[in-house]
Amino acid sequence: MMTKDKIVATINGFLVEEFEVPATDIQPDANLRDTLGLDSLDYVDLVVEVESNFGFKVKPEDFTEISTFQDFYNYVNTKVLNT
Amino acid sequence: MKRVVITGMGIYSCIGENLDTVKDSLFHGKSGIGIDPERKGLGFRSALTGVLPTPDLRELLNRRQRIGLPQQGGYAYMATLEALKMAGIDQDMLDKERVGILFGNDSSAKPTIEAVDQLRLKNDTTLIGSGSIFQSMNSTVTMNLSTIFKLRGVNMTISAACASGSHAIGMGYILIKNGLEDKIICGGAQEVNYHSMGSFDGLSTFSLREDEPHKASRPFDVDRDGLIPSGGGATVILESLESAQRRGANILGEIIGYGFSSNGGHISHPDAAGSIQSLEMALKQANVKPGDIEYINAHATSTPAGDLAEGQALLEVFGNSNPYISSTKSMTGHEMWMAGASEIVYSLLMMQNGFIAPSINLETVQPELEKLNFAQSRINKEFNLFLSNSFGFGGTNSCLIVKQFQS
Repeated sequence: MMTKDKIVATINGFLVEEFEVPATDIQPDANLRDTLGLDSLDYVDLVVEVESNFGFKVKPEDFTEISTFQDFYNYVNTKVLNT
Repeated sequence: MKRVVITGMGIYSCIGENLDTVKDSLFHGKSGIGIDPERKGLGFRSALTGVLPTPDLRELLNRRQRIGLPQQGGYAYMATLEALKMAGIDQDMLDKERVGILFGNDSSAKPTIEAVDQLRLKNDTTLIGSGSIFQSMNSTVTMNLSTIFKLRGVNMTISAACASGSHAIGMGYILIKNGLEDKIICGGAQEVNYHSMGSFDGLSTFSLREDEPHKASRPFDVDRDGLIPSGGGATVILESLESAQRRGANILGEIIGYGFSSNGGHISHPDAAGSIQSLEMALKQANVKPGDIEYINAHATSTPAGDLAEGQALLEVFGNSNPYISSTKSMTGHEMWMAGASEIVYSLLMMQNGFIAPSINLETVQPELEKLNFAQSRINKEFNLFLSNSFGFGGTNSCLIVKQFQS
Protein backbone atom coordinates (compact mmCIF):
# COMPACT_ATOMS: atom_id res chain seq x y z
CA MET A 1 0.00 0.00 0.00
CA MET A 2 1.31 3.42 -0.93
CA THR A 3 1.75 5.86 1.93
CA LYS A 4 0.21 9.30 1.66
CA ASP A 5 3.70 10.84 1.52
CA LYS A 6 4.59 8.56 -1.35
CA ILE A 7 1.39 9.51 -3.17
CA VAL A 8 2.16 13.21 -2.76
CA ALA A 9 5.74 12.72 -3.97
CA THR A 10 4.55 10.73 -7.00
CA ILE A 11 1.95 13.34 -7.93
CA ASN A 12 4.41 16.22 -7.56
CA GLY A 13 6.99 14.31 -9.60
CA PHE A 14 4.77 13.78 -12.63
CA LEU A 15 3.26 17.26 -12.43
CA VAL A 16 6.73 18.85 -12.54
CA GLU A 17 7.76 16.57 -15.39
CA GLU A 18 4.58 16.67 -17.46
CA PHE A 19 3.49 20.27 -16.94
CA GLU A 20 6.98 21.77 -16.66
CA VAL A 21 6.41 23.90 -13.57
CA PRO A 22 9.05 24.54 -10.88
CA ALA A 23 8.66 22.15 -7.95
CA THR A 24 8.52 25.14 -5.61
CA ASP A 25 5.30 26.35 -7.27
CA ILE A 26 3.48 23.25 -6.10
CA GLN A 27 2.09 24.08 -2.67
CA PRO A 28 -0.80 22.26 -0.96
CA ASP A 29 -3.00 25.36 -0.81
CA ALA A 30 -2.19 26.62 -4.32
CA ASN A 31 -4.80 26.35 -7.06
CA LEU A 32 -4.12 23.34 -9.25
CA ARG A 33 -5.48 24.72 -12.53
CA ASP A 34 -3.91 28.16 -12.23
CA THR A 35 -0.53 26.93 -11.04
CA LEU A 36 -0.20 24.34 -13.79
CA GLY A 37 -1.87 26.55 -16.41
CA LEU A 38 -4.31 23.78 -17.31
CA ASP A 39 -6.72 24.07 -20.21
CA SER A 40 -9.35 21.52 -21.22
CA LEU A 41 -6.79 19.50 -23.23
CA ASP A 42 -4.39 19.36 -20.30
CA TYR A 43 -6.98 17.64 -18.11
CA VAL A 44 -6.89 14.73 -20.58
CA ASP A 45 -3.15 14.39 -19.95
CA LEU A 46 -3.73 14.63 -16.20
CA VAL A 47 -6.08 11.63 -16.50
CA VAL A 48 -3.37 9.77 -18.44
CA GLU A 49 -0.75 10.52 -15.76
CA VAL A 50 -2.97 9.40 -12.89
CA GLU A 51 -3.85 6.15 -14.68
CA SER A 52 -0.22 5.54 -15.53
CA ASN A 53 1.00 6.14 -11.96
CA PHE A 54 -1.89 4.84 -9.84
CA GLY A 55 -3.80 2.49 -12.13
CA PHE A 56 -7.23 4.13 -11.97
CA LYS A 57 -9.03 6.57 -14.24
CA VAL A 58 -10.22 9.95 -13.02
CA LYS A 59 -13.74 10.70 -14.19
CA PRO A 60 -13.84 14.13 -15.82
CA GLU A 61 -16.67 15.24 -13.49
CA ASP A 62 -14.46 14.48 -10.46
CA PHE A 63 -12.24 17.43 -11.34
CA THR A 64 -15.07 19.82 -10.42
CA GLU A 65 -14.45 18.91 -6.76
CA ILE A 66 -10.69 19.47 -7.00
CA SER A 67 -9.45 23.02 -6.54
CA THR A 68 -6.14 22.90 -4.69
CA PHE A 69 -3.21 20.50 -4.81
CA GLN A 70 -4.30 19.27 -1.38
CA ASP A 71 -7.73 18.43 -2.82
CA PHE A 72 -5.98 16.46 -5.55
CA TYR A 73 -3.74 14.58 -3.06
CA ASN A 74 -6.78 13.72 -0.95
CA TYR A 75 -8.77 12.57 -3.97
CA VAL A 76 -5.99 10.27 -5.20
CA ASN A 77 -5.31 8.99 -1.66
CA THR A 78 -8.97 8.05 -1.19
CA LYS A 79 -9.09 6.30 -4.56
CA VAL A 80 -5.89 4.37 -3.81
CA LEU A 81 -7.20 3.32 -0.39
CA ASN A 82 -10.45 2.08 -1.95
CA THR A 83 -8.78 0.21 -4.80
CA MET B 1 0.31 39.21 -62.35
CA LYS B 2 2.77 39.51 -59.46
CA ARG B 3 6.35 38.26 -59.60
CA VAL B 4 7.06 35.63 -56.93
CA VAL B 5 10.42 35.55 -55.20
CA ILE B 6 12.07 33.44 -52.52
CA THR B 7 13.40 35.42 -49.56
CA GLY B 8 14.32 32.69 -47.11
CA MET B 9 15.04 28.99 -46.90
CA GLY B 10 15.72 26.41 -44.23
CA ILE B 11 16.54 22.72 -44.13
CA TYR B 12 16.71 19.86 -41.64
CA SER B 13 17.77 16.68 -43.38
CA CYS B 14 19.94 13.57 -43.22
CA ILE B 15 22.78 15.45 -44.93
CA GLY B 16 22.70 18.30 -42.42
CA GLU B 17 20.51 20.13 -39.95
CA ASN B 18 21.07 23.62 -41.32
CA LEU B 19 21.94 25.34 -44.58
CA ASP B 20 25.71 25.53 -44.01
CA THR B 21 26.11 21.85 -43.25
CA VAL B 22 23.84 20.83 -46.10
CA LYS B 23 25.74 23.05 -48.53
CA ASP B 24 28.99 21.30 -47.52
CA SER B 25 27.42 17.86 -47.89
CA LEU B 26 26.14 18.73 -51.36
CA PHE B 27 29.53 20.15 -52.32
CA HIS B 28 31.42 17.06 -51.17
CA GLY B 29 28.84 14.50 -52.24
CA LYS B 30 28.22 13.20 -48.73
CA SER B 31 25.59 10.52 -48.17
CA GLY B 32 23.13 10.62 -45.27
CA ILE B 33 22.02 6.99 -45.61
CA GLY B 34 22.40 4.40 -42.86
CA ILE B 35 20.73 1.39 -41.29
CA ASP B 36 17.82 1.15 -38.84
CA PRO B 37 18.35 -2.27 -37.18
CA GLU B 38 14.84 -2.24 -35.69
CA ARG B 39 13.35 -2.55 -39.17
CA LYS B 40 15.18 -5.80 -39.78
CA GLY B 41 13.75 -7.28 -36.61
CA LEU B 42 10.28 -6.30 -37.74
CA GLY B 43 10.59 -8.12 -41.03
CA PHE B 44 11.49 -5.31 -43.40
CA ARG B 45 13.22 -6.39 -46.59
CA SER B 46 15.52 -3.38 -46.28
CA ALA B 47 16.72 -1.55 -43.18
CA LEU B 48 18.24 1.27 -45.24
CA THR B 49 17.03 4.77 -44.33
CA GLY B 50 18.08 8.38 -44.15
CA VAL B 51 19.46 8.96 -40.65
CA LEU B 52 18.88 12.23 -38.81
CA PRO B 53 18.56 13.28 -35.17
CA THR B 54 15.31 14.28 -33.54
CA PRO B 55 15.56 17.99 -32.72
CA ASP B 56 15.41 18.93 -29.04
CA LEU B 57 12.57 21.43 -28.88
CA ARG B 58 12.31 21.82 -25.10
CA GLU B 59 14.18 25.13 -25.12
CA LEU B 60 12.28 26.43 -28.13
CA LEU B 61 8.63 25.51 -27.59
CA ASN B 62 6.38 25.17 -24.58
CA ARG B 63 4.68 21.93 -23.60
CA ARG B 64 1.40 22.61 -25.36
CA GLN B 65 3.22 23.61 -28.55
CA ARG B 66 5.30 20.42 -28.47
CA ILE B 67 2.64 17.95 -27.46
CA GLY B 68 0.77 18.05 -30.76
CA LEU B 69 3.88 18.15 -32.90
CA PRO B 70 4.89 14.85 -34.53
CA GLN B 71 8.39 13.96 -35.65
CA GLN B 72 8.09 15.57 -39.09
CA GLY B 73 6.52 18.63 -37.47
CA GLY B 74 9.69 19.06 -35.43
CA TYR B 75 11.81 18.82 -38.55
CA ALA B 76 9.57 21.34 -40.32
CA TYR B 77 9.69 23.70 -37.34
CA MET B 78 13.50 23.73 -37.34
CA ALA B 79 13.62 24.38 -41.09
CA THR B 80 11.02 27.13 -40.79
CA LEU B 81 12.88 28.89 -37.97
CA GLU B 82 15.96 29.01 -40.18
CA ALA B 83 13.99 30.20 -43.21
CA LEU B 84 12.17 32.96 -41.33
CA LYS B 85 15.44 34.18 -39.83
CA MET B 86 17.07 34.30 -43.25
CA ALA B 87 14.05 36.17 -44.63
CA GLY B 88 14.23 38.71 -41.81
CA ILE B 89 10.72 37.87 -40.66
CA ASP B 90 10.34 37.93 -36.87
CA GLN B 91 7.33 37.27 -34.65
CA ASP B 92 6.54 40.99 -34.56
CA MET B 93 6.13 40.98 -38.33
CA LEU B 94 4.09 37.77 -38.22
CA ASP B 95 1.82 39.42 -35.66
CA LYS B 96 1.30 42.53 -37.78
CA GLU B 97 1.11 41.18 -41.32
CA ARG B 98 -0.90 38.46 -43.03
CA VAL B 99 1.34 35.45 -43.68
CA GLY B 100 0.16 32.05 -44.90
CA ILE B 101 1.47 28.50 -44.78
CA LEU B 102 1.33 25.64 -47.30
CA PHE B 103 3.23 22.42 -46.61
CA GLY B 104 3.47 19.13 -48.36
CA ASN B 105 2.82 16.16 -46.06
CA ASP B 106 1.12 12.88 -46.83
CA SER B 107 1.25 10.76 -43.68
CA SER B 108 1.60 10.80 -39.95
CA ALA B 109 1.75 7.08 -39.37
CA LYS B 110 3.68 6.84 -36.10
CA PRO B 111 1.26 8.75 -33.84
CA THR B 112 -1.71 7.17 -35.61
CA ILE B 113 -0.44 3.65 -34.97
CA GLU B 114 0.67 4.42 -31.42
CA ALA B 115 -2.79 5.79 -30.61
CA VAL B 116 -4.46 2.60 -31.77
CA ASP B 117 -1.88 0.50 -29.88
CA GLN B 118 -2.71 2.46 -26.73
CA LEU B 119 -6.45 2.09 -27.27
CA ARG B 120 -6.14 -1.67 -27.71
CA LEU B 121 -4.02 -1.85 -24.56
CA LYS B 122 -6.18 0.35 -22.33
CA ASN B 123 -9.64 0.11 -23.90
CA ASP B 124 -10.14 3.77 -23.14
CA THR B 125 -9.89 6.63 -25.62
CA THR B 126 -9.04 9.28 -23.00
CA LEU B 127 -5.86 7.40 -22.19
CA ILE B 128 -4.55 8.07 -25.71
CA GLY B 129 -3.74 11.58 -24.45
CA SER B 130 -4.44 15.04 -25.78
CA GLY B 131 -1.65 15.43 -28.33
CA SER B 132 -2.32 12.42 -30.52
CA ILE B 133 -5.12 13.83 -32.64
CA PHE B 134 -3.05 16.90 -33.56
CA GLN B 135 -0.05 14.70 -34.38
CA SER B 136 -2.03 12.19 -36.40
CA MET B 137 -3.88 14.27 -38.96
CA ASN B 138 -2.40 14.77 -42.38
CA SER B 139 -2.49 18.53 -41.88
CA THR B 140 -0.43 18.22 -38.70
CA VAL B 141 2.48 20.32 -39.93
CA THR B 142 0.46 23.33 -41.06
CA MET B 143 -1.92 22.92 -38.11
CA ASN B 144 0.94 23.14 -35.64
CA LEU B 145 3.18 25.70 -37.32
CA SER B 146 0.29 28.09 -37.99
CA THR B 147 -0.50 27.97 -34.27
CA ILE B 148 3.10 28.28 -33.10
CA PHE B 149 3.84 31.26 -35.39
CA LYS B 150 0.30 32.74 -35.04
CA LEU B 151 -0.25 32.91 -38.80
CA ARG B 152 -3.37 34.49 -40.30
CA GLY B 153 -3.08 33.79 -44.03
CA VAL B 154 -3.82 30.69 -46.09
CA ASN B 155 -3.37 27.57 -43.94
CA MET B 156 -3.48 24.10 -45.47
CA THR B 157 -1.56 20.97 -46.33
CA ILE B 158 -1.00 19.64 -49.81
CA SER B 159 -1.02 15.84 -50.07
CA ALA B 160 0.27 14.59 -53.39
CA ALA B 161 2.49 11.64 -52.53
CA CYS B 162 6.15 12.22 -53.38
CA ALA B 163 5.35 15.46 -55.19
CA SER B 164 3.66 17.04 -52.13
CA GLY B 165 6.44 19.50 -51.28
CA SER B 166 6.80 20.65 -54.86
CA HIS B 167 3.07 21.19 -55.31
CA ALA B 168 2.96 23.13 -52.01
CA ILE B 169 5.50 25.58 -53.42
CA GLY B 170 3.65 25.62 -56.73
CA MET B 171 0.35 26.43 -55.04
CA GLY B 172 2.02 29.17 -53.03
CA TYR B 173 3.40 30.57 -56.26
CA ILE B 174 -0.08 30.61 -57.83
CA LEU B 175 -1.66 32.38 -54.83
CA ILE B 176 0.99 35.10 -54.71
CA LYS B 177 1.16 35.48 -58.49
CA ASN B 178 -2.57 36.14 -58.52
CA GLY B 179 -2.37 38.69 -55.74
CA LEU B 180 -4.22 36.60 -53.16
CA GLU B 181 -1.37 36.47 -50.66
CA ASP B 182 1.85 38.45 -50.18
CA LYS B 183 3.90 36.06 -48.05
CA ILE B 184 3.58 32.29 -47.66
CA ILE B 185 5.73 29.85 -45.71
CA CYS B 186 5.98 26.86 -48.06
CA GLY B 187 7.69 23.54 -47.66
CA GLY B 188 7.58 19.83 -47.19
CA ALA B 189 7.97 17.43 -44.28
CA GLN B 190 8.50 13.69 -44.03
CA GLU B 191 8.52 11.42 -41.00
CA VAL B 192 11.41 8.94 -40.65
CA ASN B 193 10.27 5.80 -38.85
CA TYR B 194 9.36 2.18 -39.49
CA HIS B 195 5.67 2.85 -38.89
CA SER B 196 5.34 4.89 -42.05
CA MET B 197 7.48 2.70 -44.29
CA GLY B 198 6.50 -0.93 -43.67
CA SER B 199 3.83 -1.11 -46.34
CA PHE B 200 6.08 0.68 -48.84
CA ASP B 201 8.93 -1.74 -48.08
CA GLY B 202 6.49 -4.54 -48.82
CA LEU B 203 6.25 -3.44 -52.46
CA SER B 204 9.92 -4.46 -52.97
CA THR B 205 10.73 -0.90 -53.94
CA PHE B 206 13.62 -0.29 -51.56
CA SER B 207 17.29 -0.97 -52.23
CA LEU B 208 18.72 -4.11 -50.65
CA ARG B 209 22.32 -2.90 -50.74
CA GLU B 210 22.51 -2.92 -46.95
CA ASP B 211 26.21 -3.75 -46.83
CA GLU B 212 27.02 -0.41 -48.50
CA PRO B 213 24.49 2.18 -47.25
CA HIS B 214 26.33 5.15 -48.76
CA LYS B 215 26.36 3.47 -52.15
CA ALA B 216 22.79 2.21 -52.07
CA SER B 217 21.09 5.24 -53.64
CA ARG B 218 22.37 5.40 -57.21
CA PRO B 219 19.88 7.16 -59.52
CA PHE B 220 20.34 6.47 -63.24
CA ASP B 221 23.12 3.93 -62.56
CA VAL B 222 22.78 0.64 -64.36
CA ASP B 223 23.18 -1.24 -61.05
CA ARG B 224 20.52 0.64 -59.05
CA ASP B 225 18.15 -1.63 -57.19
CA GLY B 226 15.61 0.64 -55.51
CA LEU B 227 15.08 3.75 -53.43
CA ILE B 228 16.02 4.48 -49.82
CA PRO B 229 13.31 6.09 -47.68
CA SER B 230 14.38 9.26 -45.93
CA GLY B 231 12.89 12.49 -44.65
CA GLY B 232 13.17 15.73 -42.69
CA GLY B 233 11.83 19.23 -43.23
CA ALA B 234 12.42 21.95 -45.82
CA THR B 235 11.03 25.47 -45.97
CA VAL B 236 11.10 28.35 -48.43
CA ILE B 237 9.57 31.77 -47.85
CA LEU B 238 7.65 32.89 -50.93
CA GLU B 239 6.86 36.53 -51.30
CA SER B 240 5.59 38.95 -53.90
CA LEU B 241 8.39 41.02 -55.37
CA GLU B 242 6.68 44.20 -54.16
CA SER B 243 6.54 42.89 -50.58
CA ALA B 244 10.17 41.79 -50.64
CA GLN B 245 11.40 45.05 -52.10
CA ARG B 246 9.25 47.16 -49.79
CA ARG B 247 10.96 45.71 -46.75
CA GLY B 248 14.40 45.43 -48.36
CA ALA B 249 14.56 41.63 -48.15
CA ASN B 250 17.42 39.70 -49.72
CA ILE B 251 16.09 37.79 -52.73
CA LEU B 252 17.43 34.28 -53.28
CA GLY B 253 15.62 33.49 -56.51
CA GLU B 254 12.43 33.93 -58.49
CA ILE B 255 9.90 31.23 -59.30
CA ILE B 256 8.89 31.63 -62.91
CA GLY B 257 7.18 28.36 -63.78
CA TYR B 258 5.06 25.64 -62.20
CA GLY B 259 3.91 22.80 -64.41
CA PHE B 260 1.63 20.04 -63.21
CA SER B 261 -0.17 17.07 -64.68
CA SER B 262 -1.53 13.63 -63.95
CA ASN B 263 -0.55 10.49 -65.85
CA GLY B 264 -4.08 9.12 -66.02
CA GLY B 265 -2.70 5.63 -65.75
CA HIS B 266 -1.31 3.14 -63.26
CA ILE B 267 -1.24 3.98 -59.55
CA SER B 268 2.49 3.28 -59.15
CA HIS B 269 4.07 2.74 -62.57
CA PRO B 270 5.81 5.86 -63.92
CA ASP B 271 4.96 7.32 -67.29
CA ALA B 272 7.16 9.59 -69.40
CA ALA B 273 4.25 11.21 -71.24
CA GLY B 274 2.76 12.65 -68.04
CA SER B 275 6.03 14.13 -66.87
CA ILE B 276 6.66 15.62 -70.32
CA GLN B 277 3.34 17.44 -69.99
CA SER B 278 4.36 19.03 -66.69
CA LEU B 279 7.82 19.91 -68.04
CA GLU B 280 6.38 21.61 -71.12
CA MET B 281 3.75 23.42 -69.08
CA ALA B 282 6.42 24.82 -66.75
CA LEU B 283 8.67 25.90 -69.65
CA LYS B 284 5.79 27.62 -71.43
CA GLN B 285 4.67 29.41 -68.28
CA ALA B 286 8.24 30.52 -67.55
CA ASN B 287 8.58 31.65 -71.16
CA VAL B 288 11.93 29.92 -71.50
CA LYS B 289 13.24 27.39 -74.02
CA PRO B 290 14.65 24.01 -72.99
CA GLY B 291 18.08 25.33 -73.96
CA ASP B 292 17.81 28.10 -71.34
CA ILE B 293 17.68 25.59 -68.45
CA GLU B 294 21.20 25.13 -67.07
CA TYR B 295 20.57 22.55 -64.34
CA ILE B 296 17.90 19.95 -63.71
CA ASN B 297 17.43 18.48 -60.24
CA ALA B 298 15.85 15.21 -61.28
CA HIS B 299 13.18 13.42 -59.31
CA ALA B 300 15.13 10.16 -59.90
CA THR B 301 14.77 8.01 -56.80
CA SER B 302 17.02 5.10 -57.83
CA THR B 303 14.25 2.72 -58.89
CA PRO B 304 14.77 0.87 -62.18
CA ALA B 305 11.48 1.92 -63.80
CA GLY B 306 11.16 5.45 -62.42
CA ASP B 307 14.60 6.69 -63.40
CA LEU B 308 14.26 5.26 -66.89
CA ALA B 309 10.88 6.92 -67.47
CA GLU B 310 12.14 10.28 -66.21
CA GLY B 311 15.31 9.97 -68.27
CA GLN B 312 13.24 9.30 -71.37
CA ALA B 313 11.12 12.38 -70.64
CA LEU B 314 14.27 14.48 -70.19
CA LEU B 315 15.71 13.13 -73.45
CA GLU B 316 12.50 14.06 -75.23
CA VAL B 317 12.42 17.64 -73.94
CA PHE B 318 16.09 18.44 -73.31
CA GLY B 319 17.84 16.01 -75.67
CA ASN B 320 19.15 18.79 -77.90
CA SER B 321 20.24 21.27 -75.24
CA ASN B 322 21.62 18.82 -72.68
CA PRO B 323 21.66 20.76 -69.40
CA TYR B 324 23.49 19.27 -66.42
CA ILE B 325 21.36 16.76 -64.53
CA SER B 326 21.87 15.32 -61.07
CA SER B 327 19.73 13.64 -58.45
CA THR B 328 20.41 14.81 -54.92
CA LYS B 329 18.51 11.72 -53.78
CA SER B 330 21.79 9.91 -54.43
CA MET B 331 22.92 11.55 -51.14
CA THR B 332 19.67 12.09 -49.24
CA GLY B 333 17.65 9.08 -50.26
CA HIS B 334 14.03 9.71 -51.15
CA GLU B 335 12.65 12.41 -48.87
CA MET B 336 9.18 11.72 -50.24
CA TRP B 337 6.56 14.29 -49.10
CA MET B 338 9.41 16.67 -48.35
CA ALA B 339 11.50 16.01 -51.46
CA GLY B 340 9.95 18.57 -53.79
CA ALA B 341 10.66 21.33 -51.28
CA SER B 342 14.09 20.15 -50.11
CA GLU B 343 15.29 19.84 -53.68
CA ILE B 344 14.41 23.48 -54.30
CA VAL B 345 16.52 24.35 -51.23
CA TYR B 346 19.40 22.13 -52.43
CA SER B 347 19.29 23.66 -55.92
CA LEU B 348 19.13 27.22 -54.53
CA LEU B 349 22.20 26.46 -52.39
CA MET B 350 24.02 25.27 -55.50
CA MET B 351 22.96 28.34 -57.50
CA GLN B 352 24.08 30.64 -54.68
CA ASN B 353 27.44 28.94 -54.36
CA GLY B 354 28.31 28.26 -57.99
CA PHE B 355 28.33 24.48 -58.18
CA ILE B 356 26.23 21.55 -59.29
CA ALA B 357 26.14 18.74 -56.74
CA PRO B 358 27.15 15.34 -58.01
CA SER B 359 24.84 12.43 -58.58
CA ILE B 360 26.96 10.21 -56.37
CA ASN B 361 27.19 6.49 -57.12
CA LEU B 362 26.39 7.10 -60.78
CA GLU B 363 29.23 4.95 -62.07
CA THR B 364 27.73 3.43 -65.22
CA VAL B 365 24.85 5.31 -66.78
CA GLN B 366 21.96 3.19 -67.96
CA PRO B 367 22.66 2.71 -71.68
CA GLU B 368 19.34 4.17 -72.88
CA LEU B 369 20.16 7.45 -71.08
CA GLU B 370 23.80 7.88 -72.11
CA LYS B 371 23.03 11.00 -74.15
CA LEU B 372 21.93 12.91 -71.06
CA ASN B 373 24.50 15.20 -69.43
CA PHE B 374 24.79 13.80 -65.90
CA ALA B 375 26.92 15.51 -63.25
CA GLN B 376 28.70 12.35 -62.12
CA SER B 377 31.10 14.47 -60.10
CA ARG B 378 30.72 18.02 -58.80
CA ILE B 379 30.61 20.68 -61.51
CA ASN B 380 31.97 24.06 -60.47
CA LYS B 381 29.76 26.36 -62.49
CA GLU B 382 27.77 29.54 -62.01
CA PHE B 383 24.21 29.09 -63.24
CA ASN B 384 21.07 31.18 -63.27
CA LEU B 385 18.16 28.95 -64.18
CA PHE B 386 17.21 25.54 -62.84
CA LEU B 387 14.31 23.14 -62.99
CA SER B 388 13.20 20.66 -60.34
CA ASN B 389 11.07 17.59 -61.05
CA SER B 390 8.83 15.76 -58.60
CA PHE B 391 6.54 12.82 -59.30
CA GLY B 392 4.35 10.66 -57.10
CA PHE B 393 1.98 7.71 -56.74
CA GLY B 394 -1.24 8.20 -58.63
CA GLY B 395 0.71 9.73 -61.49
CA THR B 396 0.97 13.23 -60.01
CA ASN B 397 3.69 15.36 -61.62
CA SER B 398 5.12 18.72 -60.58
CA CYS B 399 7.83 20.80 -62.16
CA LEU B 400 9.19 24.08 -60.80
CA ILE B 401 11.49 26.52 -62.61
CA VAL B 402 13.55 29.00 -60.57
CA LYS B 403 15.87 31.71 -61.83
CA GLN B 404 18.46 33.94 -60.30
CA PHE B 405 16.73 37.19 -59.41
CA GLN B 406 17.24 40.17 -61.71
CA SER B 407 15.34 43.34 -60.88
